[in-house]
Amino acid sequence: MTALHVEGLQYAYPDGRPALRGVDLHVATGERVAVLGPNGAGKTTLVLHLNGILRPSAGEIRIGDTPVTPATASGIRRRVAIVFQDPDDQLFMPTVHDDVAFGPANAGLRDAALAERVRDALIAVGLPDAGGRAPHHLSLGQRRRAAVATVLSMDPEILVLDEPTANLDPAARRELAAVLRTLELTTLVVTHDLPYALELCGRSVILDEGRVVADGPTRELLADRELLAAHRLELPYGFDPTYAGP
Amino acid sequence: MGAGHSHPAGLHHPGDSVVHRLPADAKVLATLVFVLAVVATPREAVWAFGLHLAILVVLLVVARLPARAVVRRFHVEVPFLAFAVFLPIVGSDPRVDVLGVPLSEEGLWAGWNIAAKGTLGVLAAILLSSSTPMAELLRGVERLRAPKVMVAIAGFTVRYLDVIVGEAGRMRIARVSRGDDPRWIWQARATAATAGTLFIRSYERGERVHLAMLSRGYDGAMPEVHHHHPSRGAWVIAALVPVLGASVATAAHLL
Repeated sequence: MTALHVEGLQYAYPDGRPALRGVDLHVATGERVAVLGPNGAGKTTLVLHLNGILRPSAGEIRIGDTPVTPATASGIRRRVAIVFQDPDDQLFMPTVHDDVAFGPANAGLRDAALAERVRDALIAVGLPDAGGRAPHHLSLGQRRRAAVATVLSMDPEILVLDEPTANLDPAARRELAAVLRTLELTTLVVTHDLPYALELCGRSVILDEGRVVADGPTRELLADRELLAAHRLELPYGFDPTYAGP
Repeated sequence: MGAGHSHPAGLHHPGDSVVHRLPADAKVLATLVFVLAVVATPREAVWAFGLHLAILVVLLVVARLPARAVVRRFHVEVPFLAFAVFLPIVGSDPRVDVLGVPLSEEGLWAGWNIAAKGTLGVLAAILLSSSTPMAELLRGVERLRAPKVMVAIAGFTVRYLDVIVGEAGRMRIARVSRGDDPRWIWQARATAATAGTLFIRSYERGERVHLAMLSRGYDGAMPEVHHHHPSRGAWVIAALVPVLGASVATAAHLL
């Protein structure tokens, strides 16, 4: 089963500059795929198409069998969950509980069913007691995981994470990875953190200048130094993907 | 993310008293009605203000709020008190001698009126905000049928105050680190530029927050995220305070 189809996706910024020049991407149900690319490659623009926030100028996106159109967008947003880069953008309610409840409450859940969703989502990200706390009282790593909980509570089919490791310290990175590994969801990890892609995703695609320029097993892509260099991607000093353990 | 005391949420003083446990909507309404009763009390009935004060002091004791923290928060009232002190000096005749200074009788009463009612109002507000977490207060106001958009705007203000103050702080450090040392008004250029940049950044953040809201199914109305069991007993307890206040005000009018 294919969870996500993207075919010939094109998009230009309002000023006419092309951002996506024909992206093709197919992700199977339950697969975890990394979308790699340098800054400005169009990664975030692609993400915003997946739940119908941006509308393509050409091409098509389907979630399962449903095409993403303005008419289907509200249903799609329950199925495709996006975790944005800055958790301060994602956590906008006075308490973590209210934030995690925001999505399912918009979908019409109330009372006990809503409380159960919120509790389960907070447990899934390892923050079972954070519900009553204000987001500004959490560490950045905790806020990032709380941001994941805000979309898990919507019971989505596809989870999309935009630069999930930005500004995280190594311990918070590890804790987030542990959470992501336990989720049995089709997941797209959009990042330029190559070791993280290798750690979490068996398959990666490289996006550059608005096109998918490579698609294959993460370990093979990262071992191809010329490919990486051609697209402004670099492994950290001393990191060898062929030696890195699972 | 420190400086909790500078944040409105830092006004809350956690506790487990009866006052703390009352539902926020009951407390908001009780505070509002009590303050109205204080305002409606005739200024000549000095004894009635003593009774109002006694009601609040009893509540402060029941809520076990530390006196020092309560007194410290009175600084918000200072400008009003300054105005109250000013009135007897500039007020109209007739004048009375107080310690050899001729003061306007009308001005004295007006000053007393502002000082007494202002102090009681501030004290009631301190009691409410110290015994109720900010998120609860917002929910309470929402349950009292305040427009959801207004409650949401207040909520965003509380949520993003720290974020924006933090951003402003980092920009100031970046400026000062490069030798900016503004002392005079004509050196304010860099500060003004910072304010402009901060505005743009906050505006962009607003757009990103809106995207995050849309992504989670926001359709223009804030959803109901809380399950609320109104308890009649709690409302009766909360109602005691404004009922007492209103009785004092009524008695002051009749006597």
